[in-house]
Amino acid sequence: MSPLWMVRRIGFYVLVAVVMAFFAVPMLWLASAPFDSRPGLGLRWPDWTLDNVTATFDHPYALTSLVNSLVLCVIATVVTTVLAALAAYALSRVRIPGRDLLLYLLLLLSSVVTGTAAMVPIFVMMLQLGLINSQFGTALVIAGGMLPAAIFILKDFMDAVPRSYEESARVFGASPRQVLAHVVLPVARPGVATIFVWAFVNAWGNFLLPFLLLRDVGAQPAAVLLRTLYDEGGSANLTVIPVFSLLYSIPVVVLYLFVNRRYGFRFHGGIKS
Amino acid sequence: MAGITARGLSTVYPGGVRAVDELDLEVTDGELFALLGPSGCGKTTLLRTIAGLESASEGTVSIGSRDVTRLPPGDRRVAMVFQDYALFPHMTVAENIAYPLKVRGAARSVRDETAARTAAGLSLDGLLERRPGQLSGGQQQRAALARAVAASAEVLLLDEPLSNLDARLRLEARTFLKKLQRELALTTVFVTHDQAEALALADRIAVMDAGRIRQIGTPREVFQRPADTFVANFIGSTPMNLVPRDAEIIGVRPEYLAPAPSGLFTGTVSIVENLGVTSLVTLDCGVGYVVPEDDEPAVGTTVTVDAPPARVLRYDRETGLLVR
Repeated sequence: MSPLWMVRRIGFYVLVAVVMAFFAVPMLWLASAPFDSRPGLGLRWPDWTLDNVTATFDHPYALTSLVNSLVLCVIATVVTTVLAALAAYALSRVRIPGRDLLLYLLLLLSSVVTGTAAMVPIFVMMLQLGLINSQFGTALVIAGGMLPAAIFILKDFMDAVPRSYEESARVFGASPRQVLAHVVLPVARPGVATIFVWAFVNAWGNFLLPFLLLRDVGAQPAAVLLRTLYDEGGSANLTVIPVFSLLYSIPVVVLYLFVNRRYGFRFHGGIKS
Repeated sequence: MAGITARGLSTVYPGGVRAVDELDLEVTDGELFALLGPSGCGKTTLLRTIAGLESASEGTVSIGSRDVTRLPPGDRRVAMVFQDYALFPHMTVAENIAYPLKVRGAARSVRDETAARTAAGLSLDGLLERRPGQLSGGQQQRAALARAVAASAEVLLLDEPLSNLDARLRLEARTFLKKLQRELALTTVFVTHDQAEALALADRIAVMDAGRIRQIGTPREVFQRPADTFVANFIGSTPMNLVPRDAEIIGVRPEYLAPAPSGLFTGTVSIVENLGVTSLVTLDCGVGYVVPEDDEPAVGTTVTVDAPPARVLRYDRETGLLVR
């Protein structure tokens, strides 16, 4: 234990502490500010009150927007997971020339299709289809943007399901639907769970698409409403924002904990045996 | 219960590889039949074609009196055990065994009862609630066999049933498999690349090469009178001596050769390999013969060996076929 070693060790821990504080401060703010009688942007020990909570619940759009978020995300996530699982399975099993090229193109285009570059055409298309202000329409656009990446990740999981499992089930008389439901999906379950949470978190935090496609304040999800939480003076409404932010972050954390406990996360395929 | 008949059967892979090539085969009811051959000879493809996992390009496959050539695997009344056993990792042993019944929509009570009964028959009791990952290799193999038995199929197909087991367990599993097949009297076809396994287990063996059958016969026939030089070379734990002489190739198994005052081959001893109770002596003319332990000649001595005339086979040098 030379002095140099000690200095290095101390330096290392100081660095870690700084980095951790950098991440911890916003978290602590989120935990304390909602229950502070005079919430500010700084971090301090709160004098406890539930006034902010009452104020948030009385806000005309705060709770509605959270429900809107939930509806939007559930539709987008379910559509993404179901379609990605089916497409990934098909792409994993069917031999077509240029399959890998197709997958990479899809992945590449996905960042363009729902990215900023495509916003104007998407808006025009949705306008002509009469899907502006439609939760369902917006959810479909969000799902469309997530599908390529979801398919790409899930295909890796599907590739890792041994063919002999499927063939075995087929010899025992299982129909293609039974093979998928009894064998392939359960074996690829960690992948499906990962995609489910990934899609939910992505949709939950999506701002641009709902902001453009849902013009009606009553239809807007939480991510969009957060932007409008100002007081009369034009500065951030700090009675509502802390509580709203806390409520906004809970579903994602709960979903993560639930899915992680039940299925476990992995970002690659493979069978534990 | 039923036999299997293949007539002019070909299986061609996309890309034109004829894995099975105009093959005729008859497996009789209740027989334990081996498909033996080196890797890539088409034996697994033939098995998969019988199962319906590969579709026949030409010819027909019948099980009993039913032509199953165009039937999907599930309608053929076959059960198959895969080389990796293909036990479903997310199901318990009981659920795995009862899976064929689940597919057919049997009630839970029937499935549980069948799983328990089948498992008991294969000494798997007490393991029913485990997952395949918690079983040893031998137990996994028996669980896969139990699942195939529970399917109550007419034909049992086994793809390399013993190759995933370690050497000691393999002997035990081999005996177990033969006993099980005798008890069930189920027409069984298994694929193997191990000639000793085929000789020990099978009632009859088909030796395959390049998608065709070179010889079909009982283990004794195939061992004693290989139909051509390929079979002669492939069967036997020590390779058969195949020595060209005039227009013929003389084939004698090393086990049948013994030192004699005069005889077929003469040469000096170049290598002596210990095989346990016997040793394999190789002469410099390329001929090997087997001697009992403690009876090995010294390297460098000149030896003449001979075999009983009935054990000396003669093959045509051009075609490689057995002359007599």
